[in-house]
Amino acid sequence: MERKPLHSVKPPTPSSSHSPEDNAGGSVKLVHAVGMHARPAVKLTKLAKRFRARIAIRVVGVTEWIDAKSVAKVMAMRAPCDSTIEFAATGADAGAAIGALTALVANDFLDIEG
Amino acid sequence: MTGNVGIVIVSHSIDVAKGAADMVRQMVGGEVRVAFCGGNSEGGLGTEVARILEAIDSIWSPDGVAIMVDLGGAETNSEMAVEMLPVERRGLVVVCNAPIVEGAVMAATEAAGGASLERVCAAAEELSAG
Repeated sequence: MERKPLHSVKPPTPSSSHSPEDNAGGSVKLVHAVGMHARPAVKLTKLAKRFRARIAIRVVGVTEWIDAKSVAKVMAMRAPCDSTIEFAATGADAGAAIGALTALVANDFLDIEG
Repeated sequence: MTGNVGIVIVSHSIDVAKGAADMVRQMVGGEVRVAFCGGNSEGGLGTEVARILEAIDSIWSPDGVAIMVDLGGAETNSEMAVEMLPVERRGLVVVCNAPIVEGAVMAATEAAGGASLERVCAAAEELSAG
């Protein structure tokens, strides 16, 4: 799993009311064989909704930032296998959200049950 | 889990309705209550208000119920079913303007997180928004 802090990019809805430590980011390679199709998108969105932080997601170099809690938008990303998924979160539990979401993608979406 | 918006799937075909409900259960999980109905009493295609009312009753949630429909009569009969509900329940049931299978999965995904009825319908209807 590849993770690195994000300093050069911002999600589309950064909140100026949060201190810097309320922001977190991470990127991870999508290893799912057929990319981000329906079931992975549902799992990712459900997990994102467990956190209060605002969470943005994009396919690096392919898509704009979108709301990671919108299943329709995440599904429509059509992220292909081997692409790099990047997350950016803002809010009190941003760090935990990034950790959980990057782990989900890195573990091929297997570690979460409905 | 209680406290989540429930989903009712109304298709002219019982097979389509059951298939859509299966997709919700397998893709989203069991924490969202899903009911389905379809077909007429002769075993053919159609929708019946009484069956829609039964489906709503079977998964009733005080947080609300979102109905997914396919074509014409499914929508009008679902609206009729909503009008026949006890008055205190009427405002808690919404017929969503969304494709039946995709809408059901999107709505259930939103509902699984404990979202309000309004947000559940918005998630389903995001698909048909311009």
